[in-house]
Amino acid sequence: MADKLHFELVSPARLLKSADVDMVVVPGTEGDFGVLPLHAPVVSTLRTGIVEVHDGGAAEKLLVVGGFAEVNAEGLTILAEIAKPLSEVDKAAYEAELKDLDEDVQDAKNDDERARAEKARDKIASIIEVLEREAA
Amino acid sequence: MANLKDLRNRIASVTSTQKITKAMKMVSASKLKRAQDAAEQARPYAERMENVLSSLASSMKGQTGGPKLLAGTGSDQKQLVVVATSERGLCGGFNTNIVKAAKAKINSLIKDGKDVTIITIGKKGAGVLKRDYSDKMIEHFDLSHVKNLNFNDAAPISARLIEKFDGGDFDVCTLFFAKFINVLTQVVTPLQLIPASFDADNSTDLGGACYEYEPDENEILEDLLPRNVGVQLFRALLENAASEQGSRMTAMDNATRNAGDMIDSLRTTYNRSRQAVITNELIEIISGAEAL
Repeated sequence: MADKLHFELVSPARLLKSADVDMVVVPGTEGDFGVLPLHAPVVSTLRTGIVEVHDGGAAEKLLVVGGFAEVNAEGLTILAEIAKPLSEVDKAAYEAELKDLDEDVQDAKNDDERARAEKARDKIASIIEVLEREAA
Repeated sequence: MANLKDLRNRIASVTSTQKITKAMKMVSASKLKRAQDAAEQARPYAERMENVLSSLASSMKGQTGGPKLLAGTGSDQKQLVVVATSERGLCGGFNTNIVKAAKAKINSLIKDGKDVTIITIGKKGAGVLKRDYSDKMIEHFDLSHVKNLNFNDAAPISARLIEKFDGGDFDVCTLFFAKFINVLTQVVTPLQLIPASFDADNSTDLGGACYEYEPDENEILEDLLPRNVGVQLFRALLENAASEQGSRMTAMDNATRNAGDMIDSLRTTYNRSRQAVITNELIEIISGAEAL
């Protein structure tokens, strides 16, 4: 279909969404980009952010963490490590995790451990940042 | 001949064993369903990832100096074997088969003069391998606390693998797991995780379309390849989980049937000896009466 964009959102655990929509806004590493039907083929990595799916009425918003998007003649496919509808995201849980990870960073015994803990913490921190921006 | 009380006890004990195996069969049947669903749900992601990667890889072909995870280190001297087995026993030949295949590979690698190191996932395989290769085993991942495997359980393992690879601890990494075909058949499969291997024919035909890459190809590859290791590992673990349940189901089905046969034959013996005892008693009474 030329007037609709076929959109698929896949996480390692399952196929989250597969639908024909008007437009999708993708949070690429180098900036957000909107994908309309007949978009040129693109492969882009994702940053932590919100995918907006426009189809008729209000946009549906989904949180994605890590992964990449592929646009080809058939449509748009987003492969994300974590993907969740924004309404189902539990911010308090992430905040609790951030606190745990903060402690991990402090408890780390060597540089290796600290680097790993910091990486995990930054990931969660970026999620919270996105959520806060969205809430504002 | 064993006396009646012994026989009765044996029958009772075999019957309760049968009940246990039957229950275990039922449990793994329902777990199998779940594991199979999970494996199926994970398929689209892994397939798409492979498509994108293989088209990227084919466009990178011929160029030198690609990412190491794809091109390899140029040597195959240091081999890492990752053996994924189950956390629990009583699942037929599942663990034995995986370990046997892994051992064959390890031995042939050693014979070729390679340096072999082993990482195990799941304690059942670790125990057996420890007997022969305790000096080569460098790490073990315990998944016994995991009920429903999700990507977050596989991610730390793959992160560790990549860390070791970047640290130059190994050149080639092969993963052993059981691929789930159906309940009766599970095939032990060696999968080369690092460097990534693709079927050249598998790459999608882009229809002459050229992808735009954002950021550039190299950076995307560098981002995707580690992810790919994780996804492949996750997928293998899911397959493994399904295979384990399938294997256990078959094994427990057999055990239940064997227990049934055993009960039948014990009961026959029991009835026969009961009859013999009664007949004996009668003969004693009658001959006693006749003697009077």
